[in-house]
Amino acid sequence: MRAVKAIALRELRTYFGSPTAYVLVAVYVLLTGYFFYSDVVFFVTFGGYLPPTGLWRYVFLDFRLVTLLVLPLLTMRLFAEERKLGTIELLWTYPVRDRQLVLGKFLAAWVFFLILVVIAMVPFVVFYFFYRFAPGPPLAGLLGLVLLGTSFIACGIAASTVTENQVVAAMLTYGTLVLFWFMTWNESVSGEALVQVLLLLSLFDHYYNFTLGVIDTRDVAYFAIFILVALFVALRSLQSRVWRGVA
Amino acid sequence: MADRAQFREGEIVAERLSKRFGPAVAVVDVSFSVARGEVVGFLGPNGAGKSTTLRILTGVFPPSSGRASVAGHDVVTDALAARRSLGYLPENAALYGEMPVGSYLRFVAEMKDLPARGVPAAVARAMADAGVERVSQRLIGTLSKGYRQRVGIAQALLGDPPVLLLDEPTSGLDPEQVTEIRALIRGLGAERTVILSTHILSEVESICSRVIIMHRGRVLAVDAPARLEERLRPYREVVVETVGPVAQTLSTLGAIEHVVATDLLDQPREGVAVIVVRTEHGSDVRQAIARALADAGIGLRELRPLSMTLEEIFLTLVGETSASAGERDAAQDGVNPARAGAAR
Repeated sequence: MRAVKAIALRELRTYFGSPTAYVLVAVYVLLTGYFFYSDVVFFVTFGGYLPPTGLWRYVFLDFRLVTLLVLPLLTMRLFAEERKLGTIELLWTYPVRDRQLVLGKFLAAWVFFLILVVIAMVPFVVFYFFYRFAPGPPLAGLLGLVLLGTSFIACGIAASTVTENQVVAAMLTYGTLVLFWFMTWNESVSGEALVQVLLLLSLFDHYYNFTLGVIDTRDVAYFAIFILVALFVALRSLQSRVWRGVA
Repeated sequence: MADRAQFREGEIVAERLSKRFGPAVAVVDVSFSVARGEVVGFLGPNGAGKSTTLRILTGVFPPSSGRASVAGHDVVTDALAARRSLGYLPENAALYGEMPVGSYLRFVAEMKDLPARGVPAAVARAMADAGVERVSQRLIGTLSKGYRQRVGIAQALLGDPPVLLLDEPTSGLDPEQVTEIRALIRGLGAERTVILSTHILSEVESICSRVIIMHRGRVLAVDAPARLEERLRPYREVVVETVGPVAQTLSTLGAIEHVVATDLLDQPREGVAVIVVRTEHGSDVRQAIARALADAGIGLRELRPLSMTLEEIFLTLVGETSASAGERDAAQDGVNPARAGAAR
């Protein structure tokens, strides 16, 4: 998969060749660091809890918000910018399939996200020297965070294929993700039966187990399906040029 | 069938291509064949369907009906092989401005799946052929339009494809750059099959052996540029500006052999006349005119051949074909060609 690698490396070079990447890294590191610190202070002050319920749960719920804030800004340019500049036309004339394009750009954003996560894990390592916690639960939380972020990226890529305006792509991603978050909040609106269905569909309800240190295969399967469906939407949207044209 | 044999033989073949985007019709029933080593011009005004046809050939999207092949590969059923054998320069050469020329071309080499060990040599050769070695370290976005166009051509040349498709290669360039790019294309055409689209008639005349004229999504004519003019206008015209008695001038010109008619176009001042001399085709009377006027003691201020402009060619062709095309459409699917074109 040479083309996939070439696309991914080109995207990563573009990310780190512009100030945007550094701003996103800075914001991510700053906010996760702040949340980690304040959650540890909370845990120490109020005590009496086990780390998974008293500390890791809050840390990963907070990290989720930072990830939700940053990733749509990372993915918005992937296809929208190429459409705006017209550079995507040339990509379509190379002996490369659309799914390779999607996969290459997806990998670039994913690697970027992994770099963010690795930096965000530094406080955990530092904390471990002061307090020997069981590493299992936060590792489960980390897995959940990676799956959640990967879903954000897949959703963001799909949004980026439908428009040539990066702001529209970002807003579409925020809208979709926040809808998947809030749709289970008010059962008196949707009714008890519907809420059960919505709970199955909701992104964040599949994340809560991970924050408590629990890996449930149903949750893993949910994220896998969400990612695949979003990437499939991106692929179909790219192929709409067949009846919609290029410009 | 003869059709099928031709479909395999030509280096680039389009067979009854049509492309619709919803209700809008971009290309209707376009057929042509380009032989190996030919340089062919796509000529037409903006919106004539040139870019759409090129995009079908490059596999950006498939045709709504009809089929096409590049180097013997069907652009739909054998798309990747077809794309491997062509290099494409899109309109305005939209390239990644934030990349240096060299690393951009290495990226393209990977996308074209050139053998990994051959990439540095292939990139160096494409840069040499397109004349961009001097700027290999520069960011594409900081280059002049002419150099960006060259980088676009270098990108098309990577992998040494037998077929080049160039969409408006000289648009937006200054006259010096236009001359350079034309010379470059002429050199490339020596060993490759090239289609270039343009709306400049002189470009086709200077580079192409044949021209395909498109108008409102249809092919109006396919011919050598010179023969096309011959066919459309069975006579030649020369403009003469003279100083001397007008009546005597007209009679002198009219007496020259092969001259069919003389026409007084303008009299800017007393004694000065601008006259159009119409002659039979295949005869050049310019020398005879100069000699006759000198013998008669009439001053000659200007003598130039009048060739057809692109507009004239279109008007003539549209006039020639609209009646028959209109009838054919009404019989076939009830689409009015004028309306179909206007819907874009």
